[in-house]
Amino acid sequence: MTTEPIAPPSSPQDAASVLPAPAASGTGGAGTGGAPPLYRRLLARLVEANPAVVTVLSVFTALVFGGILIDVTSSGVVHAWSHAGSHPGRALSLTFTTVADAYGAILSGSVLSPSTLGHAVSTGQGWAQVFNPISETCVAATPLILAGVGVAIGFRTGVFNIGAQGQLIAGSIVALYVGFAVNLPIWIHLPLVILAGAAGGAAAGLIPGILKARTGAHEVIVTIMLNYVFLNLLNYVLGGAPFQLPGQTNEISQKMLPSARMPHLFGSSLRVNLSFVIAIAMAALASWFMNRSTLGFSFKVSGANANAARTAGMSSTKVTILVFAISGLFAGMAGMATLSGTNFFLSSGYGGTIGFNAITVALLGRNRPWGVVWASMLFAMLDVGGASMQIRTGITLDLTAVIQATIIFFIATPMLVREIYRLRSTGAGALQLFTKGWSG
Amino acid sequence: MRLELDGITKRFGPLVANDHVDLTVEPGEIHCLLGENGAGKSTLMNVLFGLLHADSGEIRIDGTPVTFADPGEAVRHGIGMVHQHFMLIPVFTVAENVVLGFEPTRRFGWLDRRRAHAEVRRLSSEFGLEVDPGALVETLPVGVQQRVEILKALQREARLLILDEPTAVLTPQETEALFRIMRSLRDSGRSILFITHKLKEVLSVADRITVMRLGRVVGSTTPDEADEKSLATMMVGRDVELVITKTPASPAEPVLQLEQLSVADERGVTVVEDVNLEIRAGEIVALAGVQGNGQTELAEAIVGLRPVRSGVLRVEGADLTDATPRERIRAGLAQVPEDRQADGLVLSMSIAENLILDQYDAPPFARHGVRDLSAMRAYGARALSEFDIRAASADVPAGTLSGGNQQKVVVARELSRKVKVLVASQPTRGLDVGSIEYVHRRIVDARNAGAAVLIISSELDEVLALGDRVAVMYRGRIVGIVDPAVGRETVGLMMAGAGEVPPPPPAVNATLGPGDGS
Repeated sequence: MTTEPIAPPSSPQDAASVLPAPAASGTGGAGTGGAPPLYRRLLARLVEANPAVVTVLSVFTALVFGGILIDVTSSGVVHAWSHAGSHPGRALSLTFTTVADAYGAILSGSVLSPSTLGHAVSTGQGWAQVFNPISETCVAATPLILAGVGVAIGFRTGVFNIGAQGQLIAGSIVALYVGFAVNLPIWIHLPLVILAGAAGGAAAGLIPGILKARTGAHEVIVTIMLNYVFLNLLNYVLGGAPFQLPGQTNEISQKMLPSARMPHLFGSSLRVNLSFVIAIAMAALASWFMNRSTLGFSFKVSGANANAARTAGMSSTKVTILVFAISGLFAGMAGMATLSGTNFFLSSGYGGTIGFNAITVALLGRNRPWGVVWASMLFAMLDVGGASMQIRTGITLDLTAVIQATIIFFIATPMLVREIYRLRSTGAGALQLFTKGWSG
Repeated sequence: MRLELDGITKRFGPLVANDHVDLTVEPGEIHCLLGENGAGKSTLMNVLFGLLHADSGEIRIDGTPVTFADPGEAVRHGIGMVHQHFMLIPVFTVAENVVLGFEPTRRFGWLDRRRAHAEVRRLSSEFGLEVDPGALVETLPVGVQQRVEILKALQREARLLILDEPTAVLTPQETEALFRIMRSLRDSGRSILFITHKLKEVLSVADRITVMRLGRVVGSTTPDEADEKSLATMMVGRDVELVITKTPASPAEPVLQLEQLSVADERGVTVVEDVNLEIRAGEIVALAGVQGNGQTELAEAIVGLRPVRSGVLRVEGADLTDATPRERIRAGLAQVPEDRQADGLVLSMSIAENLILDQYDAPPFARHGVRDLSAMRAYGARALSEFDIRAASADVPAGTLSGGNQQKVVVARELSRKVKVLVASQPTRGLDVGSIEYVHRRIVDARNAGAAVLIISSELDEVLALGDRVAVMYRGRIVGIVDPAVGRETVGLMMAGAGEVPPPPPAVNATLGPGDGS
């Protein structure tokens, strides 16, 4: 019998990933031993295709793509390139300045405009104009954050709540009713409105939750269909008493009483209001809930491995019903936040596409509450800044929608991003988390 | 044909799965490739079959260097592979499956059934592979389906046959039949590369043995020179205890009682029928049976993951037939699930979180619905050393662990409660020899501490080594309960639904029977 002695594995990682290290080495396990220095590990994390890196690169790639789109649709740039033979420098510089102008307009329209700042500093007046863009971005982000966090909690639990739109409308209807039907002091009326919005959304969420838990109905189908139910329920209640604005034949509701409206944060010239603070606080609460509460833990386990959850004695019925109620609660609060913060009344089509954009920001935020906050701010910036870009550069507002869609396109195809940037694979599991399973 | 692998190296990132592997298979030889899971056997075979491409090294057939871009090229060079999971179409006949892709046709592209049948009959008589060409594959037992796979390879004129863990799904008798087929193929001049981690099989069928460990070839030998002990030592790299030593059981009062238990599968077919079984405190009952005879469903019914169709299940006299999994856990039931990755662990979560999956909402890990993360981490760190889980820390995801260490996490979680009944399904499947030794030791310890233990295993060696009594299941029924001392042959025949059933062991017989103690 010929047995060559085998040398000890060159690095503990090599051995550990294959097999437990020989008994003699005792603690030698996966990735233990002489860890490389911190900067090396950070560098390794950056070139590896982990979800955070893929997310950032997706946004970056979408912006590059948007830039190309701006250039090829700009007659000035195309014209300059057709004469590139005689003026190559001009063509090149125009290519970059056109994109820089457009993105600069988005930034100054959604965050801070240098010209209004300069004016305010030199004259001491017009500070409201300085802060108006960021205020508008916060207002636009508020419902996205709330609904997005709700959808994200569902995703992490392994349920696909596509019904945020309907739950948002349900919450708005209940909040509106409480907002005009009773007359109370603000310190009791406003909390009641908030609770009403939450309760309306949660009740709407319970419907698909119970249907899935009790009958096995597929939540994607049920929630999509319920969106239409609530959309038309809104139209129905707006068509008559008690909701319809008296003397109107249009589908427009009464206004909420002043005591049911969110106070402004920085005076009446900026629209940013208490809703934004509530949205951030709810994101913080959601983050705590998923990480520290036992219910949140059972949600996470169910989402990561439903079989293991059942084996460990967790009740899938309870988890399914509760996660839909909570997801709906957040969506309902999203509807309430805009209603009580800036709108004060409901009309047909209220909510726009917030409930669907919520799915998008949940994906972009990698289903983490704080990730959803950043994603919502980014999307709100594109929405708010897009309008100012259209005014200042003539580039159509639709470009921002293309950028938003492109971001999600890359998020949903992590393999593509990995190929473009030649990222190292981290093993399939990490990336699939985003996109796995509509099969329920 | 003569196959030479010369210096094959395959890396996955920092992991070297194959490190300069040399292997030569002579014409007309059964060559065993022996190694634990993760030793690099499958990677090597995938390189050989064109599914993966080596980073360096050379494959030579009869002295000529070859490269395979895909499995099709490997097949054209005379290499056939029988995968662990069969690649057959269940609703087609044997003949249709065998000729698939190489169909003999008549005019206008009609399938020539007669020629296909004749082809199958010719091949099967030549090599002693008995099979009815007209039978539907889905109606055939697993052992016969495997023969169809081999026929498929032979029909494509394979001169080297790779068999990847072919015996995992077979009864001992079917395994013997497979070995006979392997020998007749060898005698016809074909070469066979037989991949396994079962030592007994290697010694009974191999002409030559190559042992791999951690991606390298650590030695080669022949059955005449080696024995189980020496092969195990080569495989693991240290001395291992192959047979668990345990004291005789001293069974006390009955704890788990199954009375006339029937269970249905997903399709509503009754797969467990009228099972009566009583397990006492301090004894291990091992449930033997070929996979798919109802053992899985029985285990799931006991732990509450599958509804009981009729019958009663009691733990310490209390009726738990309709209890939820949670209520059963509270009643002292513990389980090692058959598929640890699918049912036992949340691979993306940390070891510490996996360790408390069953008590995440109870003190000290949570109070009033709020988790105590530091209590969990402290517990995780303690469990790492107590249960010999090899990991950098309890905070790393369970998915980064090797199979053996993953199973240790499951065992650690289940056995750290007060266990009255332990149901362990295939507790050592896919584990390396060292981890098997460990898991067996823990199970025997649980028995000695007074637990009633039910082991479900398709490994006969495990059943006979661990069981104080052996219950054999065939087609949903327990066909007999015997003393493990009756031996492999008798139990093997019972697993196949044949043979005389010996009387139950007298020591426990006196107090055994449905309804007792309820």
